[in-house]
Amino acid sequence: MEGYFATLASALDRALRAGERYTATFDAEDTDFVRMNRGKVRQPGSVSQRYLSVRLIGGARHAEHRFSLTGNVATDTAAATTAMTQLRSALPDLTDDPHLLLPTTIASSRTQRGDPLPASEQVVTEVLDAARGDDLVGIYAAGPVYRGFANSEGQRNWHATTTFNLQWSLYQRADKAVKSTYAGLGWDPAAFTQKMDDARVRLSLIARAPKRLAPGKYRAFLTPTAVEEIAGLLCWGGFSGRALATRQSALARMQSGERLDRRVAFFEDTAGGVAPAFQAEGFARPAQVPLVEDGQLVGSLVSPRTAREFGLEANGANGAEMPEALAMGGGDLAAADALGALDTGLLVGNLWYLNYSDRPACRITGMTRFATFWVEGGEIVAPVDVLRFDDTIYRMLGSNLEALTTETELLLSGETYGSRHLMSSRLPGALVKEMAFTL
Amino acid sequence: MPFDAPLPDFDLAADFWSLRLVEESCDSYTVRKNVALPFATMTDRGVMATVYADGGYGYAATGDTSPAGMRAALDRALGWARATARHAIADSRTLPRPAPRAQYQSPAWSETGMSRRAWYDLLAEESQRAAIDARIVDWEAGVEVRTAVHRLVTSTGGDVVQRYRFLFPNMSVTAHADGDTQTRTLNGYRGLCQQGGADVLDRFGFVGSGRRVAEEALELIVAPNCPSGTMDVLLMPDQMILQIHESIGHPLELDRILGDERNFAGTSFVTPDMFGSYRYGSDLLNVTFDPTRPEELASYAYDDDGTPAEKQYLIRAGILERPLGGAISQARAGLPGVANARADSWNRPPIDRMANLNIEPGDASLASMIESIDDGVLMETNNSWSIDDSRNKFQFGCERGRVIKNGRLGDVVKNPGYRGISASFWRSLRMVGNTDTLRVLGTPYCGKGEPSQIIRVGHASPACVFTDVAVFGGES
Repeated sequence: MEGYFATLASALDRALRAGERYTATFDAEDTDFVRMNRGKVRQPGSVSQRYLSVRLIGGARHAEHRFSLTGNVATDTAAATTAMTQLRSALPDLTDDPHLLLPTTIASSRTQRGDPLPASEQVVTEVLDAARGDDLVGIYAAGPVYRGFANSEGQRNWHATTTFNLQWSLYQRADKAVKSTYAGLGWDPAAFTQKMDDARVRLSLIARAPKRLAPGKYRAFLTPTAVEEIAGLLCWGGFSGRALATRQSALARMQSGERLDRRVAFFEDTAGGVAPAFQAEGFARPAQVPLVEDGQLVGSLVSPRTAREFGLEANGANGAEMPEALAMGGGDLAAADALGALDTGLLVGNLWYLNYSDRPACRITGMTRFATFWVEGGEIVAPVDVLRFDDTIYRMLGSNLEALTTETELLLSGETYGSRHLMSSRLPGALVKEMAFTL
Repeated sequence: MPFDAPLPDFDLAADFWSLRLVEESCDSYTVRKNVALPFATMTDRGVMATVYADGGYGYAATGDTSPAGMRAALDRALGWARATARHAIADSRTLPRPAPRAQYQSPAWSETGMSRRAWYDLLAEESQRAAIDARIVDWEAGVEVRTAVHRLVTSTGGDVVQRYRFLFPNMSVTAHADGDTQTRTLNGYRGLCQQGGADVLDRFGFVGSGRRVAEEALELIVAPNCPSGTMDVLLMPDQMILQIHESIGHPLELDRILGDERNFAGTSFVTPDMFGSYRYGSDLLNVTFDPTRPEELASYAYDDDGTPAEKQYLIRAGILERPLGGAISQARAGLPGVANARADSWNRPPIDRMANLNIEPGDASLASMIESIDDGVLMETNNSWSIDDSRNKFQFGCERGRVIKNGRLGDVVKNPGYRGISASFWRSLRMVGNTDTLRVLGTPYCGKGEPSQIIRVGHASPACVFTDVAVFGGES
């Protein structure tokens, strides 16, 4: 695949005229998707897709064409050449872009990770056998994912990784279930069995009669998976340089003194994630970008365009300025001691469907989901019927934060909108003195 | 060739196969803060093969639409069907094998359309009209012009070609003052979306919207917070579409009810036994699946499994009649359904989706609805949505509200929100607006599925009044 992309880039080089520049990004995957429900196969299939995005720059004018590829070298090099011609014809209709910023140095790189995986049919049989008639629902996605970059200055970047991601839920009844994830570079039957056994233990707790809590304020321990939902919402522009500059970020008030607990630290951890270390214009992404330190906003994700518009320093962000490897520092609570520290309150295993109920105040609403339990004296008592919370980040990770777990968990994204996403997060659990539940 | 000419005669040892070809293109134009963003265009072409064999089902998708590419995809799909047949949730030998033959095209399909320069000129003008005050810190005028051709060919002789043209205009303005930020849009982010050409702009009053939206953003930045309490709400169509979408559309999707989505998008509080008897809402509630309204975003002749699309009542006079389920889900559940098996592109398989999901208009004028409210809030334009995984406990927020006291519209309020429970909320529907209050809107961003898909959905709704709703405002 790398050679195929190199051939396309060479075709773009040849199609260039004097005074022109180009950038090109490549994204492709060969994925097996097997969807399961009720311990059976619902939809098994394979998707082979390749896309090239070519940006032609003439002076300060530029335009981009993203198009699908066939995988046939002759057909696709011809398509790349045609794209250049069409983009060239568009440039006279455009105006100079005052916010165009391209790298001035060449930073080529190459990353290749992962080995061939077992046949997906074999893995799925293993999963369904392990379900042993339980009500299992979920998806297995596996195969290579490719990202590439090329430009007219000769920079070449390649990022290829072969991974699998199994996400499944065991249902006890109605909406009572335990969700699990097993993802990585190499399928290990023993590791999968361990995760399935762990899920069954939690499923036995779900079988207990549920506790229905009235709206109110409850002490809560949020697992890393629950914290992931909160962190994920903050990624919607929260750390964006452009959103902060235009006061649209949910964290904008941190620019004028509002702060989180001093133990809270967020950073973009490209070195610890699975995303490529280059972005769409060809800038290299730093190993880490500090965002929040000592509870205070210290940085943001700045795309080249935002850098030029607001006089900031670009730091490897893509156009959307969303974290792709958000990490949060750990604290001093051992994860094994979390239930004891909670004592009495909610163990929130998962949150769901978060949104801002007041964005400038960073007030967030969302639901509990899956394995969420009522705990008394550090012991799980009963599963809890779903609850809606509505609270601000400045309380949950600020004035009401009691502890963060020492251990942080690497969570690989299973998102598959359009393609398999190469995102991850590394997060601790959070013990919160009280959290506001409204429904 | 793949869209206009006969396909090769593929000889496959299968009970049934289909090839679903998709070609979609999109031109995006945006002017932000009076600066034209770079022109972006997209072309996406590919094919999905689906095969039924030995009781199993399989699919394979590829960007290679050559005869060899399609043959390879059919073979791969056949391999999946055979390999997983013994685990299949439904015996594919019992599933329908359609043979549809039809053509469909959007209004203005053959329209030449505006030139690049004309689009940028129009958007630049709206952008300039929005820059009316120093407190306006960001603003954007944009449009996506999108075309798509879908062709479904089946081994039973079916051949359906559907040609679509869509327009997605967008206008948004953000104001900031005294530590607060308020964003106002023209009917929500991409809430303006229809099939058609430049006529869509006229229907939405896009020209001149820059100043109008900016004035309302400035109005919001100095407005008080929405009051809290239990009161009536008058929801305008650009909020009603979200209310319909989240608390009627998703819970009625038959694949949710069958459990397919429980690991991701969620389940449903609706169970199969409810159809035919369950009181979903008040007598005034009439909900239809209507793929026949030409300008609405998700009108079509056949769904992606080859089922003919017809208008159907899902809820009539408040009583639940049928789910949103395509042919495969209908066969699995033993329930009637609609033609809503849809895929968002060639690289994702069809699943049960909303298409056009509408509330039929009633007979109340907007004035009479306002006059009927002693204590309440009018809310318009959704900007926040959250609902539980059974689609029951919801909380929604809007861009703009207006207090209603003693039958009269009062002050503008910011951060209006309300929460409720689907199973009881629709029973509090007290008035349904007439056709004068109806708007044909939608969203291009409905997400669900494993692997995940984002699909275009149309919603037409009048304004509606609900009683005894929990209303709240912002934090401070």
